[in-house]
Amino acid sequence: MEVIKLEDISFAYPRGKIVLHGLNFSLKKGERVGIMGPNGTGKTTFLQIIVGLLKPQAGRVVIMGKERQTETDFYEVRSKIGFMFQDPDDQLFCPTVAEEIAFGPLNLGIPRQEVAKIVSRTLGLVGLAGFEDRVTYKLSGGEKRLVALASLLAMQPEVLLLDEPTGDLDPQNIKRLVSILSRLSLSYLIVSHDKQFLQQVTQKQFWFEDGRFLPLDTFHP
Amino acid sequence: MLQEPFANGNSFIHNLDPRIRILFAFFFAIIVATTWHLSALLWAFFFVVVVFVLTKLNMRDILKRILVVNTFIVLLVIILPFSYPGQVIYALGPLTLTKQGFFYALYIFLKSNLILTCVILLLSTTSIFSLAHALHHLHVPSKLVQLIFFTFRYIHVIYRQYQKLMRAVKLRCFTPKTNIYTYKTYAYLVASLLIKSYDRSERVYKAMVCRGFQGTFPVFRHFKMTTKDRLLSMAATIYLLFLAILAWK
Repeated sequence: MEVIKLEDISFAYPRGKIVLHGLNFSLKKGERVGIMGPNGTGKTTFLQIIVGLLKPQAGRVVIMGKERQTETDFYEVRSKIGFMFQDPDDQLFCPTVAEEIAFGPLNLGIPRQEVAKIVSRTLGLVGLAGFEDRVTYKLSGGEKRLVALASLLAMQPEVLLLDEPTGDLDPQNIKRLVSILSRLSLSYLIVSHDKQFLQQVTQKQFWFEDGRFLPLDTFHP
Repeated sequence: MLQEPFANGNSFIHNLDPRIRILFAFFFAIIVATTWHLSALLWAFFFVVVVFVLTKLNMRDILKRILVVNTFIVLLVIILPFSYPGQVIYALGPLTLTKQGFFYALYIFLKSNLILTCVILLLSTTSIFSLAHALHHLHVPSKLVQLIFFTFRYIHVIYRQYQKLMRAVKLRCFTPKTNIYTYKTYAYLVASLLIKSYDRSERVYKAMVCRGFQGTFPVFRHFKMTTKDRLLSMAATIYLLFLAILAWK
């Protein structure tokens, strides 16, 4: 079954150039896909369209078998698809780690006692057990990244979209991320410039240029 | 600039339920602002001193804060006795000092400082997040609470952005002088500060929407009223009633 299906998507920023034109893409349940591509070709735009942060001018966005158009449609989508931003500082806004991770589950209406359990379980999952009361803006870059990931995992998503997750990580933390991702049983889509990392955590890799997906090996040595 | 220097203490006042502190500061401010009795102000002063001792804060830090606000109040206090109509007690050329004006200025000075100190002592000893939570619990409209919370958060963001830009400018050997070039540089700085902060707030908002944000702030940690809190709120109510009677008799 296809979890994400984009058909003939076209997108242009107001008064800007056309970023996507007639784009087709699909991700099946359980699939793990990596995307590489030059800067400024619309990789982030593409991810934002999937979760409805940007609305395409043409084309169909079908998520979990349903076409999505309105904000209400996408509310459901966002609880199932976790989107990690390029810069974790954009994502973390609560003073403490526990509150940060609890934010999503609480928005979904999960009772508080349950949320407390989710918080400690997810922190354990990303190897940050005991970080509940740490102040988010005083964390190191790597820790911020992991907290951002935990805040998505706490919503128990079925798919993850990760936008350049290794950009600010040292080799040690990249290893950590690889082992976390390999332990998860969900589908994900990762945009990255790190080919080695993508080959470790995904089954299929694409090269994205001029609004088209091409098999990575043929276009990227 | 935006640290919360008084928030991380461990005193009797710090450990009080923030809801009680907000309510108390609110009613205290109303009573003090509306009274015209010196005896009530004296009792209010006595209370502020007691709270100050209980917070175990440094007198100099508190005074420094009060001083900043007083630069505005002092201006008013200087002008008022000479501009308020009433019984003239002293004349200096065209300037006349009136008795009513003098007392009016004195009251404004005392009241504003009492309220200010009380609010600093009771509320700045809580972190902004617990304050927002407490306001939620007191059924303050969610929009208002969000406004307070985000103002604080985004001031932080803008300030950090400012620091980054300043560093970038300094690294390229910029020294401010009194010339067009300096003004132009500052104008660029402010402009890029605004644009960057706006972009960032947009991204933070998007990230929140991605995690199911729909306008309300779910509260993760509940406050617990302890017996100590209950007893103290009773004592505080009695004190406020006493103050109100003195103030409005």
